[in-house]
Amino acid sequence: MLAINFINEALASIGRSTIGLFAAIGRVMIFAAHAVSHMLRAPFYPRELAIQLLRVGYFSLPVVGLTTLFTGGALALQIYAGGARFNAESVVPSIVAIGMVRELGPVLAGLMVAGRVGASIAAEIGTMKVTEQIDALTTLSTNPIKYLVVPRLLAATIAMPLLVFIGNIIGILGGFLVGVFRLDFNSNAYITNTVDFLETGDTTSGLIKAAVFGFIVALMGTYSGFNSGRGAQGVGQATTNAVVSASVLILASNYLLTELLFPA
Amino acid sequence: MSGLSKISLRGLSKAFGSNEVLRGVDLDVPKSTSLVVIGGSGTGKSVLLKCILGIIKADSGDILIDGEPVRNRDAFLSHFGMLFQGGALFDSLPVWHNVAFRMRQGRGKLSKSDAQELAIEKLRRVGLKPDVAFLHPAELSGGMQKRVGLARAIASNPEVIFFDEPTTGLDPIMAGVINELIREIVSELGATTITITHDMSSVRAIADNVAMIHAGKVRWHGPVREIDTSGDPYLDQFINGRAEGPIESVR
Repeated sequence: MLAINFINEALASIGRSTIGLFAAIGRVMIFAAHAVSHMLRAPFYPRELAIQLLRVGYFSLPVVGLTTLFTGGALALQIYAGGARFNAESVVPSIVAIGMVRELGPVLAGLMVAGRVGASIAAEIGTMKVTEQIDALTTLSTNPIKYLVVPRLLAATIAMPLLVFIGNIIGILGGFLVGVFRLDFNSNAYITNTVDFLETGDTTSGLIKAAVFGFIVALMGTYSGFNSGRGAQGVGQATTNAVVSASVLILASNYLLTELLFPA
Repeated sequence: MSGLSKISLRGLSKAFGSNEVLRGVDLDVPKSTSLVVIGGSGTGKSVLLKCILGIIKADSGDILIDGEPVRNRDAFLSHFGMLFQGGALFDSLPVWHNVAFRMRQGRGKLSKSDAQELAIEKLRRVGLKPDVAFLHPAELSGGMQKRVGLARAIASNPEVIFFDEPTTGLDPIMAGVINELIREIVSELGATTITITHDMSSVRAIADNVAMIHAGKVRWHGPVREIDTSGDPYLDQFINGRAEGPIESVR
């Protein structure tokens, strides 16, 4: 009898969690649809968009650049060590380039921006909610979704591909520096191998991923901020939710996009 | 009475889960008068204001403006101003942009210089110097933030103004200054106002009429001159701040 009760309770708990998960997904989808519908309707806020482009794009450049620089270098060392087992050390330039452009560039930039920008968006909007600034916007005949959410979604979706494009170049440069100065590759041969091996599709697929990841970061930041609880704890929780959910969604959508863009 | 009223509420109800905050509120606010809503903490006064504004959707009941249900909330809000309890000033914008925020939106928006001029004029009206216009809200004291909030609330010469605890957190002298400003400005504009407060000196300074909310309903509603002689034990306990009486207090 005790065992049956335990099983019943466990099943009920799984059921509740599943319903809760689907309800949360539904709320995010409704929020996203609402925000996207406002992107196409006036009024528009170009000044807010410009500020957000600067915040998401320009100010994230150092952290993304450093991340991809070191990752590119580490990747070159790993591929060299792995390739040596098959006498295939010469693949370092091409594998660094393809790994950076297709996967590591967009994913690492997405995760870094989720930590930096997603958290900042959630904290800012969460604080605005707690201090009634969002209510104040409504009373001043300004739709908070249009004024706060749409510029952030657009800015992140536009800025992320640019950020990843630059990050890819810096990442490949990291591989090049390690390849040439540590692993004694010929610099001209390294560049030629990199350029010859890369195809347009490799680059565009990475940039498509970047745009999707940018949208996810801004969506989860704004959604968590708008649904922040009261007080400092509520805002802190909203910030954590924004970073965790955006990071998980980036990794999950990266797999789906890879399946879609590069079917086996 | 709703024919003469600027704002009328009929059977307004709102619950959050099992917590019934408003249980059929009926209230009329005649045009160009000042109503002060009083009541204990958590009795739904702020929820009442947010329902009128459309920030919170009421479960049932009607909200009438000039005797008509609100069909176009944007049109209603364009003739409306509000002073929030904590000021709710936008941290990222300078004071002048906060004050002239509404006038910097939409097709007929003011130029930057005209908006600054208007903001400085409104700031002067609430007793602040022009150089305050170029500071950020974080650089102001609590009293100055309230004044900026007041300047923002009156910037578009609204027909309806809500004040949410306008003197909370201020010293008695600054509270008196804010009360006096509210009274003067409301008279000048001829606006209809609803104020929420716990501060009885504010009630006596600002109100034409007083409504007391208790247990989700309007317990007492009448002219401010009658609050001391109402004979209502709930109102008596509240305005005299007595711990003993029909209103239960958690200790």
